[in-house]
Amino acid sequence: MKHLSEYRDADLVRGVLGEIKRTVTCPWVIMEICGGQTHAIMRYGLDQLLPQDLELVHGPGCPVCVTSLELIDKALAIASQPGVIFTSYGDMLRVPSSGNDLFSIRASGGDVRVVYTPLDAVKLAYQNPEKQVVFFAIGFETTAPANCMSVLQAKTMGLENYSVLVSHVRVPPAMKAILSSPHNRVQGFLAAGHVCAVMGYWEYPPIVEQYKVPVVVTGFEPLDILQGILLTLRQLEQGRAEAENAYSRVVTFEGNRKAQAIIDQVFTDCDRKWRGIGIIPASGWCMRDEYAKFDAEKRFPVSHINSEESTICIAGQILQGLKKPIECPAFSGRCTPENPLGATMVSSEGACAAYYQYSRR
Amino acid sequence: MCLGIPGKIVEIYQSNGLRMGKLDFGGVTREACLEYVPEAKIGDYALIHVGFALNLVSEQEAQETLELLRQISEIENSLQPGEIG
Repeated sequence: MKHLSEYRDADLVRGVLGEIKRTVTCPWVIMEICGGQTHAIMRYGLDQLLPQDLELVHGPGCPVCVTSLELIDKALAIASQPGVIFTSYGDMLRVPSSGNDLFSIRASGGDVRVVYTPLDAVKLAYQNPEKQVVFFAIGFETTAPANCMSVLQAKTMGLENYSVLVSHVRVPPAMKAILSSPHNRVQGFLAAGHVCAVMGYWEYPPIVEQYKVPVVVTGFEPLDILQGILLTLRQLEQGRAEAENAYSRVVTFEGNRKAQAIIDQVFTDCDRKWRGIGIIPASGWCMRDEYAKFDAEKRFPVSHINSEESTICIAGQILQGLKKPIECPAFSGRCTPENPLGATMVSSEGACAAYYQYSRR
Repeated sequence: MCLGIPGKIVEIYQSNGLRMGKLDFGGVTREACLEYVPEAKIGDYALIHVGFALNLVSEQEAQETLELLRQISEIENSLQPGEIG
């Protein structure tokens, strides 16, 4: 496929890998933010082809993984109510809550459905006026334009039975939280390409300036990732810290201004609890008051739900780049994709699932 | 989750007040919302995520990136002929 297959060319991969090897002179730690990049790195074995001095740590960019237990418990409480059609992206259905998961709600008679796009959930609301249709809007900035448009579309169509359980998280506050930690090891970032497709990378120069770390916008194919690594390495080796773009066929500095305007119309900044990490100030988006009637947390009585995390799973440390999945005593024993203890093992983008699937044990 | 796939726009139309399109993904055709790429026209490539075009893919930037990668690769191959990895 055009704009994909060119970036898997084995000869070019070999060439860029060679250039990376010649550039590295000492150990460096680089974090790829996005879970999609983590999986691409594992799938193509890039972690095993890169020089040993270069350590890649895996970031928090897996929305299924960081959605708080509390919100998942709220989702389950809403989904088990009669007269509700509960919709979400497929990954979310198997995430363990304090009790069970959304699949088990479906098994016990709840109407839980997977949708490809939130516009499908709006369509379900139009087709089922006697039901309440709820969409579980998880995601980073990438997914926000779609979720916001579903709210605007429901409003335009005059739908009274559509609401959204908003669980949006944002990348820049998470990067700052990681960099501010006294345990931080990250020296450079591969920024998440598709987050930047929406947001651009105008938010990164202040972070680069404050923390003196290179941030390179990076795509998802093997050559995209290697180019992102090479540009980050060159900065590190030359003692520079800049915001650069290694995914310019999709990302501009400004990003998609129309999408940003629609997000700003529907959502506003809020503190957000990240699973395994805790509350990060102003790290999420929630529904503006003007759209409160589309807010599932206001439509359904779930505000009393307050959940605490399991103490066994080390997903929080993995999501901050402090530990690797193989350092968890439960990894691939008590915790597997079939019986996950934490969300990083559930999601198809979780770091633990990637290590398990590609046999890094 | 943030998976995005480039597809070629083959049809543009309005549906329920939204600008929609049909896109070709290497032989598979799917619908996507084009509201966020008002400049899109038939034949353009757009990056699609959960049924929405997030941006158009720039052909010029793609060619420049590939040219840069080829140059890096050629320098590498001229330095270390035959070496793999």
